[in-house]
Amino acid sequence: MSQVLDMVTSQKLTYEQKVMSLAHAAEDTLSVLNIPEKTRYYFEINAIDDLYEGSAPYRPRYIMPDYEHLLTNGSEFLRIEPPEDIDELLNSLMIFYKHVPSITGFPVYLGNIDKLIEPFLDGVSDKKAKKKLRLFLNYLDRTITDSFCHANIGPEATRAGKLILELEKELQNAVPNFTLKYDPAITPDDYAELAVHASLYCANPAFCNHHIHQKTYPTDYGISSCYNILPIGGGAHTLSRITLPGLANVATSTEQFLYELLPDCLEALGGYMNERIRFLVEQSGFFESSFLVKEGFIDANNFIGMLGITGLAECTNILMGENEKRYGHDSEADDLAEQIMKVISNFAAQFPAKYSNISGGQLMLHAQVGMDYDIGITSGVRIPVSDELENIYDHLRHSARFHREITTGCGDIFPIETTGRNNPSAILDIVKGAFSLGSKYMSFYEENSDLVRITGYLVKRSEMEKYRDEQVVLQNTTQLGTSNYDHNHLKDRKVRGV
Amino acid sequence: MTTAPINKVMPLSLVDGPGNRSTIFFQGCNLACAYCHNPETQNQCHHCGICVSGCPSGALTKADGRVNWDPEVCVQCDQCIHVCSSNASPKVRHLTPEEIFEEIQKNLPFIRGITVSGGESTLYPHFIKELFTIARAHGLTCLIDSNGTTDLTSYPALLALCEGVMLDVKAWDQQTYQKITGGLTNAVVKKNLHHLACCNKLEEIRIVCLPGEVDAEAVISGIAETIGENVTDVKLKLITFRSNGVNGRLQNTPSPDDTYMQQLLQQAYELGFEKAVIVS
Ligand code: SF4
Ligand code: SF4
Repeated sequence: MSQVLDMVTSQKLTYEQKVMSLAHAAEDTLSVLNIPEKTRYYFEINAIDDLYEGSAPYRPRYIMPDYEHLLTNGSEFLRIEPPEDIDELLNSLMIFYKHVPSITGFPVYLGNIDKLIEPFLDGVSDKKAKKKLRLFLNYLDRTITDSFCHANIGPEATRAGKLILELEKELQNAVPNFTLKYDPAITPDDYAELAVHASLYCANPAFCNHHIHQKTYPTDYGISSCYNILPIGGGAHTLSRITLPGLANVATSTEQFLYELLPDCLEALGGYMNERIRFLVEQSGFFESSFLVKEGFIDANNFIGMLGITGLAECTNILMGENEKRYGHDSEADDLAEQIMKVISNFAAQFPAKYSNISGGQLMLHAQVGMDYDIGITSGVRIPVSDELENIYDHLRHSARFHREITTGCGDIFPIETTGRNNPSAILDIVKGAFSLGSKYMSFYEENSDLVRITGYLVKRSEMEKYRDEQVVLQNTTQLGTSNYDHNHLKDRKVRGV
Repeated sequence: MTTAPINKVMPLSLVDGPGNRSTIFFQGCNLACAYCHNPETQNQCHHCGICVSGCPSGALTKADGRVNWDPEVCVQCDQCIHVCSSNASPKVRHLTPEEIFEEIQKNLPFIRGITVSGGESTLYPHFIKELFTIARAHGLTCLIDSNGTTDLTSYPALLALCEGVMLDVKAWDQQTYQKITGGLTNAVVKKNLHHLACCNKLEEIRIVCLPGEVDAEAVISGIAETIGENVTDVKLKLITFRSNGVNGRLQNTPSPDDTYMQQLLQQAYELGFEKAVIVS
């Protein structure tokens, strides 16, 4: 209870942050999930992590409403008519977003935003449109006070997308994250270059390999939160992760790890995820009561379970032992890492996941990017900060190899020298090369940028300074980001350039 | 087999030319510009051996009157370059076009082309022609970065293989040119300027701007007169002089101020250079 009192009396949390923390604390007083002894053991040794998802799931972790449905049908529950002009559209979205739940308490997905806006721009001048969009974007940034929120643009060039890119450069907002669904066969070069250029001023947008991801589901996909690739009209019931270094620490040999420990732990994790999904779908009442379901914005059949993986680098290095061969730098280490990935993807392919029709009854793999409390654990399958490969091409080839098995979100982050702004086409060439090899997602920020990407979300360096200085900050991700930035020495990320 | 002295092959360049390119720096230049940023590429090593003893890694050895460099051992501290008083480098490899391309191939599919730079790459016109032939066969575009002192009208086949030339116009007045570059005449540069514009191979023009040393105003108007209506299409880079890396009489000279650079930009705009930019 003293923890609750700490929340109530904190001078570092906003009112809203207190309410959310208190709700979380209340949820955690329940123990409705059936968790076997062995699974508890894996939790204790820090090999399994529920990623702060709470002990009684009462909404899916990530929800991806079909916003097109709002455009054609409006919402009866929210008393919104189908919008007829740009003002009505933006207003409808602002109302709607407020009612999209998720693990963060905020919407994690705002739609293919350029496609939603584009049809309403006819007859609206750039100047007028910009004024309206500026207000809209600032509303999002100041009210969705959590950076795990994503809007998508592309792959086609649109006027709406172009205006948004121009505005983002000017506004320097951390919310939402933008991702350009990029396919060189569809996206014109000058549009993609505009996106690269913007990203070197405001760290947005990131680039998603559209050609690969469009085949993920039978329906269209969207990118949400910390880049999760999820079906529109559904989402993710849950995301739990295997923290590979935690498991490697108790391994007695590489063979024992690969053939006994890892399969056993994955079995426990799969069971745990199924248990969460069971409670959510069968007992929480969410799918019976939410207007999103009733009015067809989401469908229970379009949700999946995401199995997160993190710390492949450290796990590999632990198993390689004293011989100093390490992940990213030695082929022996990389081959072992690939073996680990194979075990995990084989597990996902055969383990029956509950209520996951759209993924064929399977769990889907996600490169989990880390938590604020992770120390010495590198995001997903990335190469650790300050151990990056000298040559960016080698680095990207390595990424492409390890992105392969991961279907629902896996990416890299590159700080770029300021001079990169002078030639966005060079960076675009690198993206094209990486995507052609199978890399799935890339993002950039300029080396001195105020906005920096932590693991997938954006935080302002200036806001982190305030937080370190014990001041109240608007966005709760500044709090997460600050510890992550410090723990994982993100300021030491290798800056790419020349 | 033809070889050329190569200072280095850079896998990527975010600044030079359209898209991402690998750049090949040749060793040796026929000019010695006072503002040169990499003077160590100007001359060939004459194997005096002065740099050998200071090498911390043992990468340099002297045998049979020659200084040898072991790239595997070198830690790239550049100590050797700092002590060399001949504006040379011991870290030069003599490579064939095929050998260079083997290195470049590792950069596919991340690059769209290659750029030859220097030193002065056009001192080896036949060599770069061979290199370009291989590169084009692999779908790469080719650019030449040049001081314009080789008469390019004599190498039509080379020009046909390349996308264009990035040309340094260092001064317009002959005496000014002599003083800043040590070269005899800029007549060939002007001839190249005209020729490249006519055959649509003028990728970019560069002027390093330093009042008192470079007659940038005259260069800008001289170029405009020479290339006629091409002014609207050609990229003109007005490069602000910076002393970092510079050796010799300009090494402590301050950069021109913003007002001066803006004046030049204004002049360029007025003469129709729509694609003029300041590089700071
Ligand atoms: S690099 Fe310079 S110092 Fe070294 S041997 Fe050659 S000429 Fe002499
Ligand atoms: S840069 Fe020159 S001095 Fe330094 S290690 Fe290499 S060869 Fe030796």
